[in-house]
Amino acid sequence: MIELKQAPHPVAVAVPPRRTIVLDRLPEPVRPPEQREAVRPLATAAGPERLRLEDVTVTYGGASTLGRRGANAVRSVSLSIHQGEVLALIGPSGCGKTTLLRTLNRLTELTPGACRGGRILLDGEDIHELEDTALRARVAMVFQQPNPFPMSIFDNVAFALREQSRRRPRRPELEPLVVDALKRAGLYNEVEDDLHRPALRLSGGQQQRLCIARAIALRPEVLLMDEPCSALDPISTGVIEELIHELRRDHAVVIVTHNLAQAHRVADKVAFMYLGDLVEYGTVQQVFEEPRAPRTRDYVQGAFG
Amino acid sequence: MSKSALIGSGGEREGGPPPSRSTLLARLRKPWPDHRAERTLGAVSLLVCLCVLFMIAFVAARAWPTFEHNGLVWLGPGGSLGTQFENMLNAPSHPPASAYHVRAWTIIYGTLLVTGLAVLLALPLAVLCAIFIVELAPPALRRTMIRVVRLLASVPSVIWGLLGILVLVPFVLNHFITNAERTSLQSTVELTGAGLAVAVVLLTLMIAPIMIALICDALGAVPAAWREGAAALGVNRLRAIRAVTLRAVRPAIVAATVLATARALGEAIMISMVSGSIFFAPRPGDGVVFFFEPLRTLASTIVDNREGLGGAPALNSTLYACALLLLFSVFVLSVAGYLVKLPLRKYQVRG
Amino acid sequence: MSTFVSDPRAGGLPSGSQRGRRSSLRTWRWSDRLVLCAAWAAGLSLCAIAAAILLYMGYRGVQYLRPDLIFSRPQASLNQAGSGGFLDPLLGTALLTVIGIAIAAPLAISSALWIVEYGQGGRAHQLLTRVVESSIEIVAGTPDIVIAVFGLAIFQLHLLAFASFIGEGGGVYGRSFLAAGAMMSLIALPPLFVATRDGLLAVPAHMREAAFALGKTRIATIRRVLLPSVRPNIATGVTLGVSRIIADTAIVIVLLGDELRLTPRQGGFPGLGVLRGTGSSLTSYVYDNSPAGEGLAPQKAYAAAVLLLVFVLLLNLAVERFIRRSQARTGGVAIAGGIA
Repeated sequence: MIELKQAPHPVAVAVPPRRTIVLDRLPEPVRPPEQREAVRPLATAAGPERLRLEDVTVTYGGASTLGRRGANAVRSVSLSIHQGEVLALIGPSGCGKTTLLRTLNRLTELTPGACRGGRILLDGEDIHELEDTALRARVAMVFQQPNPFPMSIFDNVAFALREQSRRRPRRPELEPLVVDALKRAGLYNEVEDDLHRPALRLSGGQQQRLCIARAIALRPEVLLMDEPCSALDPISTGVIEELIHELRRDHAVVIVTHNLAQAHRVADKVAFMYLGDLVEYGTVQQVFEEPRAPRTRDYVQGAFG
Repeated sequence: MSKSALIGSGGEREGGPPPSRSTLLARLRKPWPDHRAERTLGAVSLLVCLCVLFMIAFVAARAWPTFEHNGLVWLGPGGSLGTQFENMLNAPSHPPASAYHVRAWTIIYGTLLVTGLAVLLALPLAVLCAIFIVELAPPALRRTMIRVVRLLASVPSVIWGLLGILVLVPFVLNHFITNAERTSLQSTVELTGAGLAVAVVLLTLMIAPIMIALICDALGAVPAAWREGAAALGVNRLRAIRAVTLRAVRPAIVAATVLATARALGEAIMISMVSGSIFFAPRPGDGVVFFFEPLRTLASTIVDNREGLGGAPALNSTLYACALLLLFSVFVLSVAGYLVKLPLRKYQVRG
Repeated sequence: MSTFVSDPRAGGLPSGSQRGRRSSLRTWRWSDRLVLCAAWAAGLSLCAIAAAILLYMGYRGVQYLRPDLIFSRPQASLNQAGSGGFLDPLLGTALLTVIGIAIAAPLAISSALWIVEYGQGGRAHQLLTRVVESSIEIVAGTPDIVIAVFGLAIFQLHLLAFASFIGEGGGVYGRSFLAAGAMMSLIALPPLFVATRDGLLAVPAHMREAAFALGKTRIATIRRVLLPSVRPNIATGVTLGVSRIIADTAIVIVLLGDELRLTPRQGGFPGLGVLRGTGSSLTSYVYDNSPAGEGLAPQKAYAAAVLLLVFVLLLNLAVERFIRRSQARTGGVAIAGGIA
């Protein structure tokens, strides 16, 4: 029989449901910004260097977004990313910060025609030489729109654990790892009563924390976050910013954000990019309060962007 | 009418007959008022529903005598179906109740066997082909494969049957059936090469393209976010396909299977040409020869005995009963498909 | 310590590399490797089967299809292989197609129009919409043999004796071009309906609103604005319907009688005689000439089959072109358009 329904066969569309699930428990109370400032130590205790970028250039083949022939999406960027600190990539739209982020775990290779120059070293190894699956187990990514898989919460978090190993681990081996990841993502309290609920029934903020749990389940060295809060409401945003604060102890965190206030709240180091160039790189104080480049000053003061 | 004339003539010039000439033709040529048009269109639409109702009613009415004289037991086994059909054919024009005696299990079994095996083979074939087309094939090959699938889906069943009976059947006879096997079964049934194997192979090739098309569309509709998410977790491409994408298209796979099974059940011409057309139920106990034994299905029985339609009452009613059974099973299939999709829904967002 | 770069390095494209090291197959699990090979095997063997069918039919066509076959009528003779052609079956197919589409098109287009334009209103309307759509789904899913026997049941009623003729025993024969054509319309109805309905749904709302704002009634809008804009969809639907009609065999052999030649009934209107008469179609011709029928002339069966396949392929190409043109407008690719 012909299925006469207009829509194609029901494949899920990854849009968080408007009707949010009533939370069984409220999330942890969000501390107001002033309190949070006081909590953060003034001198960041940076750990070992995890990622080093040397002269990284990325081009998409054919016409670039800037429309000029030979214009690169990212041009000659050199950075250093340490464990224990959060690096925020800021800049106006189209300046290459997302491209740079996606280069760090070679996700740009999914786009045909992307070309990369320069070197990126993960703990001293060139990521070009690593296998892409092995690399992405060590450099995990959280996306802008929460994209939990159409499975239960448990299966989502256990996904990478199951699929990365040669021999499929069994449920009793996985459970403590899943619970631990959910705890570190700050989601365990809200879902512990039923881990086998479908993940797509969670609210937007919970889905994003689930994606974070999924990403950190393998204990990656670096955690990349591409505007993780832009699709969420303010309360969830606050919760996730708290979370980032905790996560930086175990991972080197790189977060792309177009929200200057968020960068100010969350980051330890800031890199300002403009039209593919790295214009300024320094600590939060230096970039926001004593910017060297005039363009940086204009941007953080809101003259453009 | 004047109001509608005002509305209708906005922008339209009616250069036809002057309004005073109210012939039927002139009235009809003017633009109709909305409510008349709506009712006409609605009435025409209802004609289709009437057709369906009539179909069920007429087929059931014609099939009733068989049910009346046999009860539901007519679906079961008992006796030689061939002799029963002959009796029905030779019965007088006002046949006694005994002339309606029939036990159709042989052809029901044949239908189930052929359909079941074909769907069992077509499902993995279709899923693998769909994965190949959408995920693995280079772009040029993908375009070719889409054309190939369309082509295979539109080959008429009589051509499949022709290729079967002129090419595959002699091939099977010469290469797969040994003389020893033929003689051993000579008393029960003659092996001519036409039988289960050829029917299943051709039926699989007939229903696979339908499934491939549906599954390909569903695979294409899987959000890229999941693919990216799986890649970003360091999962290789095939694992991502198996663990995420295939799970996401499970409802489509169910729908495709239902559609394909309905198509397989109703296939009459091709089966009639290649299945040997003998009232015989293949016996698994015969070993490998089981696959080369002839059979008959509900649909092919109707085709083979089509002269009896409208003729001898007992035969007529039995054939209509077979048609009713086919209609009923297609209904049951779609309901079953709907029911199977229900538990899958809780993992999707919509519904 | 803050660093910044003041001058972007002017330069052309880097000589960078495109891809790094991919995960080698050696690290994949066995089952993954198996599935990869199986998927490639499945895809390639499907291609091979299609190629084999085309090549073999082409070979047989070159062997057996002669132009005089197309233009000569079937003859009763002992040497079936050498005499007679299939002009009558060709005409029969054409006649069935015309009758089928002539009945199906108004039905399908009216239903689609009603559902899209009027059927989205109140609860009664929506209920009726569901009923109509479900009916068409049921018709689409019904096996063609069941439609054939239904046709016979209907046309053997005395009420419809005008469609065929009354035999000696007083029973209505029930088999004629009219009967077969009417049932063919049921076969062609679902694709036509779906194509028209999808086309109507795709018409953007502002086109209708603009027409209403100009003061046109709904029916005038339909006539002047909507129907012309869905003409390509209707064309696609008609092509799909035609390809289903010419490929159908069960209805023909049940409802068109046993004659190979076009045999009109005498009396009545001149044209009506052919419609009430019997004949054959290309598909029933192939069936009759194969070992399943009389079986005396497999060569002619091959020739007719190749011709049939050529028609089907041409119709397929036409559908593909229609779909590609309409997708150039809307975007997106669907494979199942036209198959299910």
